[in-house]
Amino acid sequence: MYATSYHRASSVEEAVQLRSAHEEGKYLSGGMTLISTMKQRLAAPSDLVDLRHIPALRGISIEGRRVKIGAATPHADVAASQELRALCPAICDLASHIGDPHVRQMGTIGGSIANNDPAADYPAGLLGLGATIVTDRRSISADDFFVGLFETALEEGEMVTAVLFDAPEKAGYAKFNNPASRFAMTGVFVAKTASGVRVAVTGAGSDGVFRHPGLEQALTSSWSADALANVSVDPSSLLSDLHANAEYRANLVKVMAKRAVAAAG
Amino acid sequence: MTRTIHLSLDINGKQHELDVEPRVTLLDALRESLALTGTKKGCDQGQCGACTCHVDGKRVLSCLTLAAQVEGRQITTIEGIAAEGGDLHPVQAAFIENDAFQCGYCTPGQIMSAVACIREGHAGSEEEIREYMSGNLCRCGAYNSIVAAVREAAEMAATGVAAKDKAEVA
Amino acid sequence: MGVEGIGARVTRKEDKRFLTGKGRYTDDMTVPGMKYAYFIRSPHAHAKIVNIDVSAAKSMPGVIDVLDGKELQADGIGNLICGWMIHSKDGSPMKMGAWRPLAIDTVRYVGDAVAIVVADTSGEARDAAEAVVIDYDVLPAVADVTAAMRAGAPQLHPEAPGNLIFDWQIGDPDAADRAIASAAHVTEIDIVNNRLSPNPMEPRATLGIYDSAEDHYTCYTTSQNPHVARLVMSAFYNVAPENKLRVIAPDVGGGFGSKIYIYPEEIVCLWASKKTNVPVKWTSDRTEAFLTDAHGRDHISKVRMAFDADHRITALKVDTIANLGAYMSLFSSAVPTYLYATLLSGQYAIPTIHANVRTVYTNTVPVDAYRGAGRPEATYLLERTIETAARELGLSPAELRRKNFIRSFPYQTPVIMNYDAGNYEASLDAAMQAADWNGFSARRANSEARGKKRGIGMSCYIEACGIAPSAAVGSLGAGVGLWESAEVRVNAVGTIEVLTGSHSHGQGHETTFAQLVAGRLGVPIESINIVHGDTDKVQMGMGTYGSRSGAVGMSAIVKALDKVEAKAKKIAAHLMEASEEDIVIENGELKVAGTDKAVPWFQVALASYTAHNLPSGMEPGLKETAFYDPSNFTFPAGCYIAEVEVDPETGETDIIQFVAADDFGNIINPLIVEGQVHGGLAQGIGQALLEAVHYDENGQLLTASFMDYAMPRADDLPSFKLSHQNTPCPSNPLGIKGCGEAGAIGSPPALINAITDAIGNNRLTMPATSMKVWQAIHAAH
Repeated sequence: MYATSYHRASSVEEAVQLRSAHEEGKYLSGGMTLISTMKQRLAAPSDLVDLRHIPALRGISIEGRRVKIGAATPHADVAASQELRALCPAICDLASHIGDPHVRQMGTIGGSIANNDPAADYPAGLLGLGATIVTDRRSISADDFFVGLFETALEEGEMVTAVLFDAPEKAGYAKFNNPASRFAMTGVFVAKTASGVRVAVTGAGSDGVFRHPGLEQALTSSWSADALANVSVDPSSLLSDLHANAEYRANLVKVMAKRAVAAAG
Repeated sequence: MTRTIHLSLDINGKQHELDVEPRVTLLDALRESLALTGTKKGCDQGQCGACTCHVDGKRVLSCLTLAAQVEGRQITTIEGIAAEGGDLHPVQAAFIENDAFQCGYCTPGQIMSAVACIREGHAGSEEEIREYMSGNLCRCGAYNSIVAAVREAAEMAATGVAAKDKAEVA
Repeated sequence: MGVEGIGARVTRKEDKRFLTGKGRYTDDMTVPGMKYAYFIRSPHAHAKIVNIDVSAAKSMPGVIDVLDGKELQADGIGNLICGWMIHSKDGSPMKMGAWRPLAIDTVRYVGDAVAIVVADTSGEARDAAEAVVIDYDVLPAVADVTAAMRAGAPQLHPEAPGNLIFDWQIGDPDAADRAIASAAHVTEIDIVNNRLSPNPMEPRATLGIYDSAEDHYTCYTTSQNPHVARLVMSAFYNVAPENKLRVIAPDVGGGFGSKIYIYPEEIVCLWASKKTNVPVKWTSDRTEAFLTDAHGRDHISKVRMAFDADHRITALKVDTIANLGAYMSLFSSAVPTYLYATLLSGQYAIPTIHANVRTVYTNTVPVDAYRGAGRPEATYLLERTIETAARELGLSPAELRRKNFIRSFPYQTPVIMNYDAGNYEASLDAAMQAADWNGFSARRANSEARGKKRGIGMSCYIEACGIAPSAAVGSLGAGVGLWESAEVRVNAVGTIEVLTGSHSHGQGHETTFAQLVAGRLGVPIESINIVHGDTDKVQMGMGTYGSRSGAVGMSAIVKALDKVEAKAKKIAAHLMEASEEDIVIENGELKVAGTDKAVPWFQVALASYTAHNLPSGMEPGLKETAFYDPSNFTFPAGCYIAEVEVDPETGETDIIQFVAADDFGNIINPLIVEGQVHGGLAQGIGQALLEAVHYDENGQLLTASFMDYAMPRADDLPSFKLSHQNTPCPSNPLGIKGCGEAGAIGSPPALINAITDAIGNNRLTMPATSMKVWQAIHAAH
């Protein structure tokens, strides 16, 4: 790790101010990716602004069917929230299978989506739910937020403060783990929302998380695993790597979609 | 010498003062600055669990935590879980009884993870223990004995609580 | 006290330090003035070093010095060597290319060490390493063994044209060909044994301390055999004479073979400590471990197995190519030859066997022994082949094996080994019963009803352990003898220290060795201390690998105990005015048999040291040393059965049950033996389902972290059903065979036989990842 400076922010305003004072600075949330990347000397922020000590960024609040999750809420808290589980069990299940138990204590929802790892779980969840990402300066729809591999709509110095979504009528998530990293080799989130059926796929796309119109159409016409039988998943835009080629991932997209629907009930 | 910052860390109930570079992780601070070498470095990338410590009672990877991040938190390491008098923690005792370690290198992390696993309520079945201990690698392959040890310690903890509850009711 | 002797399930209470964070591993060591080393390594798989510029790095904060290979060479430090000479079938010696501890003009794999930075902190050492400017002239590289053998392939060493290290054979090729030509059935199969990274959880580390006042070196290191390290560093690398070099292997966090070898870092840190006049510590990071720890396996083979009309095996012919990486590691030549081809008879009476083995250089990290070392490769090859034959012949896999089992002992195989004892059918029967083999078809039907594919597979393994009779291995090319030593020191108050040349790094010697002594002398286990791992404390020894510490190391303790007991009896007889022949040792006392006369153990010990009243002419003291050289290898064997359920939609394999029935001879401590079997199974299951090292075509390592190299985790493994069918080993005084490697040897073929049985396609390579299984299912239909 290269030399760096550490700042602890106690409010969103202070964090934004600290960050803007350091051009080469970065926000530090759970640190699961950033510290690891810094250790490999692949990132060299001059300053780190720690967000884990800002009370306003942490916690889950629910009003009616409207859910708000603070950006610095760890995965374990989302997994364990009984209130949220009563409304949207799929997001709790998703959180309860991220990485391993340690990662879930440390990693945060804001950190996960700001990083937008192409194999992370939350991007599929939020894109599938049609969530809104709230930052220190605006609100961004999930459809606009996830841009590409490790790329989001966030501007320089912009900070995720919360995610908002309306609990769907039904939702489910199914994931096939990479056997080494436990990231998603393919993960599919399906949701029946007020604005229609949404299917989001992570781990498989060569350009990061994406929605699959074919699967969405099939589920719109009939919400059942069987309805997906004749949908074809095109491998040409899917990822091939050491662990799985595009053809296998195309198969997994379909199988995981069916299992996600089954889980959603 | 590169620029350092001063930190005051609460480790195993004692306050420790140290001057380290801001880039120093909790793991390196424990091992290099405080001679608390029980916490092990297996991968230094958050992928093996050998460095597991507790921060405010929750298990964390000390290799992916900066020492500066945990100032003001309560840190517990493997050196801090046995009783003051030296009696082993029930999880440590269960590791001996079940032969749940071989070379011993991953063992401190396994024990810290096991204590948290039981505290989180994720030690209800063998399958659940396997899943909730999956963040800790053991290349000696002592997993089955580790699972048995966690199970035994969890059952003891549950019975202990039950007995205490009974006493209170009575 | 009797409950703590041989055969008791004694827990490792004395190893409490490991549970409380008080273990002392090399990286835990700190000495005054200690500085940190960072090794600068080649980012290229093959390149000429044009220039190294260290000037900017030397002035970086905290830097003590930056040293390179030319300075090391100028100080006379020698090349790393391979210690086992193999001759090709044309009589020529193996082609050992020069391996410098720090490369001078050429680098041959990604990770090859080039220079070292010594600085106040590890962070500063790494900062400075980035300021060292090295100009490389990049050369074409080759990582694949087949490609390395092709005409026009990049050449690694001028000594080895065509990258061929040796072309060796064992057995009679013509007889094998004749038997195959006249066979009723011939099974042919291609076998790949996947390359593995050993990955002990403790990364390698070393601390070199030079004492200028005494001109003496101390080396703390993560070694399975500190004495061999000292011998090699003195005799071949010219670091220091043995009397000026102390090697200490303190607590070591797993080895699995990878910590047998002497690597460049130990040598360089000792040398750098003298150059800089500060103690120098280096600890590998995990990616360095993937890049530089010796890998294991990596064979490709063509196999033919011939049968007569009665389904008896008449011949086996094997052609193997083994990848040894960029340089010949310490025992690399022995692994694909005498530790491999000599086991190709398996548990079967095969009249004719021929194996040809070619070893090849590639631009990859050196390959050497990893848990099992050669024997897993032999077992996988043989057990996949016989399973395939059973399918081709329409026979049950158990019956074909049963028909060909060796049934009378000793049995001389056509490939050197002389099996001393065994009962293969007993393990087969026990395993089949434990697995409810006969109930499988009903379970398969149940799986099919749920849309799953179920399969069952077995493997009958044999291994050669108790390594090894010195004269025998010497005649085969070994550079060392493989005896073991022990010293039993009885202190004046009767407590006992046992010094052993073997090394415990997870095997629990401190418990099992103490059990032996406690049982023999009838003294409390707490009064016994096992001392190992320090060349200043322990007489010469050969270390721990090849499941040898029980069969060889404990046998040495038995010999030393025999001598101690004999002397103690003489003293006791003298004290009690009895005849020496009448003295028996029981419950911590030396008694006159048939009387109530007795002296306690401590009193005999005290008498030996006060020497006031000893038999005439007897030397004072009660301390004996013994060296034990085994008369033969030992031959653990057993039968493993795996039952799996495959999800045809994803190719995911679920291990429903895993049965291990082992014959380890007599067992000292069942608890520890079970742990060793569990560990071996975890690594074998890892090889079969999860683990593989991948290099790209340019020699860049693609699996350089746990994010890409899949290690078995708690939720990847089932619980195991273990049993033992023990036939005592006649070749050593304790009748023990060894258990450390069996699990890793026997399990991979059982799993692959089960998965191929489930999916109905025999073409499947390890690791059987979900993708490969899914593809094989689709290829089958």
